[in-house]
Amino acid sequence: MYLKSSYEIRDKYLRKDMLPTIFCPGCGIGAVLQYTLRAIDDLGLNQDEVVWVSGIGCSSRVPGYVNFDGLHTTHGRALAFATGIKMANPDLKVIAFMGDGDAAAIGGNHLIHAIRRNLDITVILINNFTYGMTGGQVAPTTPKGLRGTTAPYGSFENPFDIAELAVAAGANYVARWSVFNYLQGINSIKKALQKEGFTLVEFLSPCPISFGRRNKLKTAPELIKWYQKLSVPISKAKEMSPEELKGKVIIGEFIDRDRPSLVKEYEAYKKRAKKAMRWEE
Amino acid sequence: MRYPFPVGAVDFIQGDEAIARAAILAGCRFYAGYPITPASEIFEAMSIYMPLVDGVSIQMEDEIGSIAAVIGASWAGAKSMTATSGPGFSLMMENLGYAIMTETPLVLVNVQRSGPSTGQPTLAAQGDLMQAIWGTHGDHSLIVLTPATVQEAFDMTIKAFNLAEKYRTPVILLTDAEVGHMRERVYAPHPDELELIYRKLPANEEEANYPFGDIHGDLVPPMPVFGKGHHTYVTGLTHDEKGRPKTVQSEIHEKLIKRIVEKIEKNKKDIVDYEAYELEDAEIVIISFGIVARSAMRAVKELRKKGIKAGLLKLNVLWPFDFELIERIAERVEKIYVVEMNLGQLYHMVKEGANGKAPVELIPKIGGEIHTPKEIIERIKDNLRWG
Repeated sequence: MYLKSSYEIRDKYLRKDMLPTIFCPGCGIGAVLQYTLRAIDDLGLNQDEVVWVSGIGCSSRVPGYVNFDGLHTTHGRALAFATGIKMANPDLKVIAFMGDGDAAAIGGNHLIHAIRRNLDITVILINNFTYGMTGGQVAPTTPKGLRGTTAPYGSFENPFDIAELAVAAGANYVARWSVFNYLQGINSIKKALQKEGFTLVEFLSPCPISFGRRNKLKTAPELIKWYQKLSVPISKAKEMSPEELKGKVIIGEFIDRDRPSLVKEYEAYKKRAKKAMRWEE
Repeated sequence: MRYPFPVGAVDFIQGDEAIARAAILAGCRFYAGYPITPASEIFEAMSIYMPLVDGVSIQMEDEIGSIAAVIGASWAGAKSMTATSGPGFSLMMENLGYAIMTETPLVLVNVQRSGPSTGQPTLAAQGDLMQAIWGTHGDHSLIVLTPATVQEAFDMTIKAFNLAEKYRTPVILLTDAEVGHMRERVYAPHPDELELIYRKLPANEEEANYPFGDIHGDLVPPMPVFGKGHHTYVTGLTHDEKGRPKTVQSEIHEKLIKRIVEKIEKNKKDIVDYEAYELEDAEIVIISFGIVARSAMRAVKELRKKGIKAGLLKLNVLWPFDFELIERIAERVEKIYVVEMNLGQLYHMVKEGANGKAPVELIPKIGGEIHTPKEIIERIKDNLRWG
């Protein structure tokens, strides 16, 4: 793959008057944003027809930095807002930029129902295992035993596997990578953007300031090395026993299918309605 | 265009159904909702009509999602609506604030039932008045309309859309289980008879750059909808005229919030609507709204027959509130009675408006039943008897 210079991507897609970003040194959101913009650029998507939606949290600030239409909404609700945007104007391509707390805790119900409906949307999910913006509280993704300010002695709850959740709820495309897997990440986003229905690409993304610092992973390189240690490619995971997989994070493509999307289903529903009322043959 | 119900014709329908039909006639093409008594019939009617008129009606996972979808659809260019009742209304408060902050036109119908909590799901109440006005956090303003008849429910729904689009604001239609479930004669106008207002769009790229600036001097910025190449950024954070987050500059926050409040307050004359009955020579005035205003009307007629100079002020708009109107009335009457189906909410606003110029007395009622005219008359007569 030919990679354009990041300056070219920056100049084409970022709002210069909104920079610098709020992101801390070592944060992974900027990297994932770059992958997303590169995917959009490679696909040649029309900037006027893409809408970015987000909720609340560090990653939810992304729509403010990109030169597209953007709706920065309330905590956890991005996908419900997106449902209205997409259904009212199906010509728009909708991207949701979400964090793990935003998507899987306060927005968990909106997430599973948007997936169940197979809403036409691409979710880019930044999973940093913590609530970064509010200062490092535990999230529904925090691995058991790791620390946050609201479980200072180590999380005592079971974490969610968001990618598996998305597969079970019925998504058309689900992949998970760490920010380190940049080529796979860009390719997955490209794939997701080209599909109808619900698509989700999750990224393990370093938060050294709020998460790493409390868990003996003080810098981004330490966190990335930790991700490498944690991750198991999905092909390899299939040959491993549940004991061997304990504490590991599976990365790769989880599902790639083409169930009919919400927009398609509603188009058919409108026809059904008109036929039922004898407005149309 | 073909409509899935009679237009330019009289029909005999429920209040909830009337609201749905009026919304379609007003140009509403997006509805998102969640089932709840006594508002479900609005949703059910919308579910029949919307696919036929190429609109969208979708059942969301809860009321939070419903109003969120409605806001999203509004930014995608559609006139949008949701409807609910008490418990769902409470859930909607979060994104109602977002709609106010982002100046998103939408119509939110609350078919009131008794609360708090699950309360009396099938019975009418007027206990959400203060919540409708002040329920979402932070300083704000919005518009609240309230119908007393099925015809008014119909007409005010159209008005609600017009005001929402004109002032780029959420508008609440505050009705109740009684009006929602009652069947009455309704005239549904032909679309040609209607005057519909559509939101002001930016005339050029320069205007589109200021989606939150008072560029026309009328406090209402043009709304650049998504997908037109404007690249508009919309946020619930305090933002400047271009929409960029500016969260620690006090002057930017003050300017934004004051404009959002003033665009309603300064257009009070255009928005406020009421019905004055026998007010000219009245010595005793009843102030009421919604379904119970009809009992109050009957009470006034009966009192007049008995030689008591009574009058009625029936409020059709609860916010913005015309405090000056109440004071003008208070200056020339002996006593004001506030009749409402709660333990005193409008009462406090009337008292503030009356400003001590006349005594204000509350005639409250809760439990799901409407005041009978007799109850109102007895209370007023008792007072006259005992002073």
